[in-house]
Formats: sequence, structure tokens, C-alpha cells
Amino acid sequence: MMRLKRVIQNNVQAVVKMKGIVMRKVWMALPLAAFALSACVTINIYFPAAAAEKAADKIIDEVWQTQKSDKPAANQPAAKEAK
Amino acid sequence: MKTNEVSFCKNLFKFIVSLLMFTVALNASAVDLEVNTPGVNAIKQSMQVRHAQLAGHYASGAVGLTADGLIVLRDAGAVPLAQRQAVNALVAADNQDRIALYAEIANANGHPEWQAEIRSTFAQRWIQRAQPGWWVQSGGGWVRK
Repeated sequence: MMRLKRVIQNNVQAVVKMKGIVMRKVWMALPLAAFALSACVTINIYFPAAAAEKAADKIIDEVWQTQKSDKPAANQPAAKEAK
Repeated sequence: MKTNEVSFCKNLFKFIVSLLMFTVALNASAVDLEVNTPGVNAIKQSMQVRHAQLAGHYASGAVGLTADGLIVLRDAGAVPLAQRQAVNALVAADNQDRIALYAEIANANGHPEWQAEIRSTFAQRWIQRAQPGWWVQSGGGWVRK
């Protein structure tokens, strides 16, 4: 009876120990995950310099009319042969 | 009991990884700045019309592009006295539009605090793309392109 009790006690201790290790891993992983997620969210509030340059160029083109016109000779009348 | 914990951990890991991928996808879709709003378009239009009057003054050197994204009457002597007031008004109106433009872009993208960075990005681009003969502020002094 005493032996059986001790075996059960040992098993319970082993399970508790195992559970402790797993739980500790979970509690270590959670803050890490939270940190990683918050880092991803922070990326969004950094200024997107390349996108801003692209946007600036687009607006500058329109304000200064520096775009290349895409119809340079559209209205040129066809040459007619005189008789 | 043990297998439950392990599968819980696995699921948690999968959940975190999928969340990470989701946020990365969100970031990737937000790389372009929104500049096609009624406010931005109105300012752009007004600046475009004004540019027809200002272009000659850029070329003569009377008006130059500053390092902080604005324009200034840098050589009043290059403008006939009779026109000087009109040019001053053009410069003031254009600067008003420029400041409004930078603020409008920042607001349109939900980040009013980006205004200063948008302004300095524009400053660099205006200067870099200025036409030959125009005067731009560079390194504290005026340079003719």
C-alpha cells in the first residue's frame, strides 16, 4: 500500500514537473510573440520614404507639366499629292 | 495531459505565424501613399495653373526653390518694379498651396505627423527635378541648375 502510494506520488510529481516546463515555455513564448507582433505594427507607423518619393514625383509631373505627352503628332494631316 | 499541452503549443505557434503573415500582408498592401483625394487634386490644379505664371520667374532667377519645400523671391532685381508685387503674391499663394499640399497628403494617409517628412521629401524632389537654369537652395547657398 505504501509502495503504491509512493509510485502514484512520484508520477504526480513527474507530471507536475513536465507541465511546469511546458507552461514555462508557453509563458516565455507569449511575450515574445507579443513583441514580434508589436514590431510588425510599428513598421506601419514608420514613414514610407520610397512611396513618398514616388507620390512627390507624380504630383511634380502634374504641377510642372513635365510628363512626356503621349500624342506628339496625332493631328498631323496626311500629306496630299497635288495634281 | 502532456500531448494536450504540446498540441496547444503547436496551435499557438501556428496562430502566431499566421498573425505575423497577416500583418506582413497588411504592410505590403500599404506601401503606396494615397494622393488621389479631392483635397490634393484641388491644390494640384491650383498650383498647375499658377505655374504657368511662375515658370518665367524660375527661369530668370527671380524665384528659387528653397531647401524646405517652398519657393522664394530670391532676386527682386530680376523682376520689373511694376510686376514685383504680383510676383510676391504668386510666391505667397504658391507657398500656401505647398504647405496645404504636404498637410493634405499626410492627413489623407491617416498620419498627420508625417507632414514634415513629406515636406522634406518634396523639397528634395522639387530641387532634383528643377529645370536647367532654375535656382535652387543647396547646402545653405543658391545654385543654378
